[in-house]
Amino acid sequence: MTTALSIKQLRKVYKNGLEALKGIDLEVKEGDFFALLGPNGAGKSTTIGVICSLVTKTAGKIEIFGQDIDTSFSLAKKELGVVPQEFNFPYFEKPMDILVNQAGYYGLPKSIASGRAEKLLKSLGLWDKRAEQARNLSGGMKRRLMIARALVHEPRLLILDEPTAGVDIEMRRSMWSFLRELNAQGTTIILTTHYLEEAESLCRNIAIIDHGVIAEHSSMKELLSQLHKEVLILDLEESLEKAPELDGFKVILSGEHSLEVEIEKGQSINQLFELLSAQNLHVSSMRNKANRLEELFVNLVANNLPDKSATN
Amino acid sequence: MDFREQLIAFITIVRKEIKRVLRIWTQSLVPPVITITLYFIIFGSLIGRRIGTMSGVSYMEFVVPGLIMMAVITNSFTNVVSSFFGAKFQRFVEEMLVSPTPNYVILLGFAMGGVFRGLVVGLIVTIVALFFTDLQVHSVSITIAIVVMTSVFFSMAGFINAVYARTFDDISIIPTFVLTPLIYLGGVFYSTDMLPEFWSTLSQFNPILYIVNAFRYGLLGITDVSVGLSFAMVTLFIVITFIFSLRALSSANRLRS
Repeated sequence: MTTALSIKQLRKVYKNGLEALKGIDLEVKEGDFFALLGPNGAGKSTTIGVICSLVTKTAGKIEIFGQDIDTSFSLAKKELGVVPQEFNFPYFEKPMDILVNQAGYYGLPKSIASGRAEKLLKSLGLWDKRAEQARNLSGGMKRRLMIARALVHEPRLLILDEPTAGVDIEMRRSMWSFLRELNAQGTTIILTTHYLEEAESLCRNIAIIDHGVIAEHSSMKELLSQLHKEVLILDLEESLEKAPELDGFKVILSGEHSLEVEIEKGQSINQLFELLSAQNLHVSSMRNKANRLEELFVNLVANNLPDKSATN
Repeated sequence: MDFREQLIAFITIVRKEIKRVLRIWTQSLVPPVITITLYFIIFGSLIGRRIGTMSGVSYMEFVVPGLIMMAVITNSFTNVVSSFFGAKFQRFVEEMLVSPTPNYVILLGFAMGGVFRGLVVGLIVTIVALFFTDLQVHSVSITIAIVVMTSVFFSMAGFINAVYARTFDDISIIPTFVLTPLIYLGGVFYSTDMLPEFWSTLSQFNPILYIVNAFRYGLLGITDVSVGLSFAMVTLFIVITFIFSLRALSSANRLRS
């Protein structure tokens, strides 16, 4: 399978001496939906900045679909679409003009750009706002406008830097659905987000970056399988005064009608239900206490805690 | 990007810049025309009547070319400086920086926006001047060539100012403390023949003196300096500001981290 993005030994040392990236290696295959996660200041935005040439690298090599960003600058950039974290469009221009102009910067004539802009604005629910000044759009609309803008030249690799920050749940879900469809059509997507359930739900592969190094790089499935235990919250029909004794399980009474049960890797949930049934306890609902990816993320990042000075 | 794609990118930037100038016409086109009209009334008509002739023509005739050129210079400069700094400040310059558009196309696109505003304001001011005096054009080619070249030069200079500016204060320092004194001391309102020798010699180092005199020669056929030297100097300034602008745009520390 073709490699959409290849990063080798990428280093970035800022003028103030801060080493934001300490020689990272990363590979994203074509068609992947990839999560690039990390705490604030870990180096995610610096990495994205270097890929799209807004940040100059100190050392290393980056290829986009085999095109080196230094030697095949133009070809590499045509393959790439970027949705930055902060709004960076001209506020006084109209969405339609913003998209047509962006296409122009990629050498696409207005006749082609207008058709693409119309299609994208309609797909992202912005068609009715096409002639309004961009500053008048809501936060969610502005985010969608930036996605449309990044796609107008039809890149094969799309990088989204926290695209759903500050977006309400309904809008977030509609953006997820749009991105899933885009990915299904063949666009490789790299996503950074602080909503870990978003990454878990959308992405197949993941890298966690912390203090300028890649702390984890694997498939989502492999990463989640590293979890040794999960805590389930069980809501019971019966009320309890103390936690029941369930052989092999650690149980805490968290409320009159609820239990927290710790399940080790390899333990059977069926067995847990059998033990509860034996004590005439009936479960009305069940959920994870914490997001599984969030738990792993916290563990991985906690291992690197001492130096928290890095910023990006 | 092949040549056709670069041309499309260039046209896109120019179209965007022209739209901007026209969208904010109350800020970009009207104020300079009002200011220069006041100069015509006060310096040309009211005070000029008492001054009499200068370099063999009426004071109003003498001052008109300088005032037209003053409008062209300040508007070319301020258009690019405010537009590019605005793009930098609001970060939408990143739209271009992440695209394959080469730096020289970005530079030329913004410069053409400055040239458009400079020439439009210059044209309006010229039309207004016709209400105050008869304008005879001595050499059409020299007049057009010098006004376009001047506009290009100051658009590039505005671009450099915008790239290096970090705050809104930085984009007003050059126009206030450099451009305005150079224009006022560049022979717009007087002939350098009137100056004492020391000041006359010092004026030879002012680039605007050459520009104003070449334009005055194009319109009236009178000049304090050599027209050939004027064109040579403006050409040199364009080359220098073009190279400097391109270097500023490419350098990592002004637009990129």
